Amino acid sequence: MEILMSIVVGVLFTVGTYLVLTKSLLRIILGTAVLSHGVHLLLLTMAGLKTGAPPLLGEQAGSYTDPLPQALILTAIVISFGVTAFFFVLAYRSYQQLGTDDMEKLRGNDDE
Amino acid sequence: MNNVVILPVVIPLITGIVLILAKKNLNLQRSLSVLSFAALIVAAGRLVHLAATEGIQTLYLGSWVPPFGIVLVADMFASLLVLTAGIVSLACLLYSFSAIDKDRESYFYYPLVQFIVAGVCGSFLTGDIFNLFVFFEVMLIASYALISLGGEKRQLRESLKYVLVNIISSVMFVMAVAYLYATLGTLNMADLSLRVAAVGQEGIVTVIAILFMIVFSLKSALFLYYWLPGSYSAPPAPIAALFGGLLTKVGIYALFRSFTLIFYHQPEVTHQLLAWLAGLTMVLGVLGAVAHWDVRKILAYNIVVAVGFIVFGLAVSSSTALSGAIYYLLHDMIIKALLFLLGGSMIAVAGTGQLRKMGGLIKRYPVLGWMFFIGALALAGIPPLSGFIGKLLLIQGGLEQGLYWLVAVSLGTSLLVLYSMLKIFMNGFWGEEKNHQAQGNGSITRHLVPCGFLVALAVGLGLGAEWVIPYIQIATETLLNPELYIQAVLKE
Repeated sequence: MEILMSIVVGVLFTVGTYLVLTKSLLRIILGTAVLSHGVHLLLLTMAGLKTGAPPLLGEQAGSYTDPLPQALILTAIVISFGVTAFFFVLAYRSYQQLGTDDMEKLRGNDDE
Repeated sequence: MNNVVILPVVIPLITGIVLILAKKNLNLQRSLSVLSFAALIVAAGRLVHLAATEGIQTLYLGSWVPPFGIVLVADMFASLLVLTAGIVSLACLLYSFSAIDKDRESYFYYPLVQFIVAGVCGSFLTGDIFNLFVFFEVMLIASYALISLGGEKRQLRESLKYVLVNIISSVMFVMAVAYLYATLGTLNMADLSLRVAAVGQEGIVTVIAILFMIVFSLKSALFLYYWLPGSYSAPPAPIAALFGGLLTKVGIYALFRSFTLIFYHQPEVTHQLLAWLAGLTMVLGVLGAVAHWDVRKILAYNIVVAVGFIVFGLAVSSSTALSGAIYYLLHDMIIKALLFLLGGSMIAVAGTGQLRKMGGLIKRYPVLGWMFFIGALALAGIPPLSGFIGKLLLIQGGLEQGLYWLVAVSLGTSLLVLYSMLKIFMNGFWGEEKNHQAQGNGSITRHLVPCGFLVALAVGLGLGAEWVIPYIQIATETLLNPELYIQAVLKE
């Protein structure tokens, strides 16, 4: 299972990197979203995908899944969700203001 | 266990939330912000005092004993940085009362400043590497909003790059944390340090260390600084000063923490790499500073140079060099904020940031001119101002360890830094007045109060080195002996 997940993470990273390197701003943002999904999966996979019980300590606590990576992922997902939302708004606003979403054309001179 | 440790995080956070509710009332927002930072400075002063008298202070959040819960740790290094950050942000806040336009002010400028400071103080105080990431994000999201606040074309264009670079470095940060957790099974810094010491820093751990180095280099503009000059010169002066004074320093702090506490077992790989990066950063940064003719660009490139200097101390990692690096770090936070504020005033009175279009400002604004002159000398490290002692210790440490090429590079760089600052001084303040300067807004008297305060601090830090050095030595001792930190966090 870990190997399959690693391959998925690799594919997500490839796609994300490709998208970030394109010119269009929208694709770049989607690329960062894909990248962060890749890294969240990596976070989950890295701790080992155990098939233990839910992490509730009780009378019969046997093997249980490590809860920490899930807590970390939860935090990281919330953060990346917020940042992506902000990035979309920023991109929309700059598209309105600058009239283009092409990163090549955004290179202007410094004196405006 | 000491509850004062959390105050530098909680005070700005709560004030920020309250300020959002008081959106309409600008006067209330201003006075509350000042009160909040004053309280922050008092709390940080208390922390410095406690760290000096009673040793490292810790707070286990929710009483979860480490390594399971999140722990806040205030050793001398972190406390000094929190104190300086409080002072710098108070000065930037006072400056922005007269320098920020009404539009920005009423669109949550003050709450955002509070959040940025909360994030910065949190990053300094946390003892858990994932929590460090969270506080980084608190600080970065506030900075994204601040850098694009106002929505000028130039700001939007630069903030796109800034946001993109930081998102990618955050992704890499989480990646490094994932690998670290997989390899060592803990995220508490003290516990990490113990486990790395136990298993030895070989193969994969060194790779993770280098991944962390890349992440923190991106955040602190060590070698990977290409996003910095554009983004830091786009927003108005008080915001740029806040960024220049605080944000890159957090990355430097993270580098110091991770490479003195956790990954210090293979200096021939990691610290060698840091030495090369520091050297390259200094050279490339100073070339940028010398080449540009825009006040803001020159100042922004000087941030890059200073990052190189400070990391030079980390790369050497001897007691003298680390003291020098800490001293220089504190000096740099103050002086960078000061220079950005003064540069902002210059641009306000001249109506342009281009040096070729301004001149003769000293006739009408002598106080501004002389303050800038003192700031420039302090930045270049002329005795007896604050930059000198830090540089002296750094160079002494470098010579002791036989890193002659790095010392030569840093000395040459210092000369060029002085040249770049005097270029601003000679072209901006001397010479003939240009006609179109009348366009500029003439009233900057209120700007000069916070600047004067920072100048006094820079001079005081140089002349009063005797009183500061003992604190810095305590900080250096903790950095050199990770056991002290581990003991304080894991045993109580």
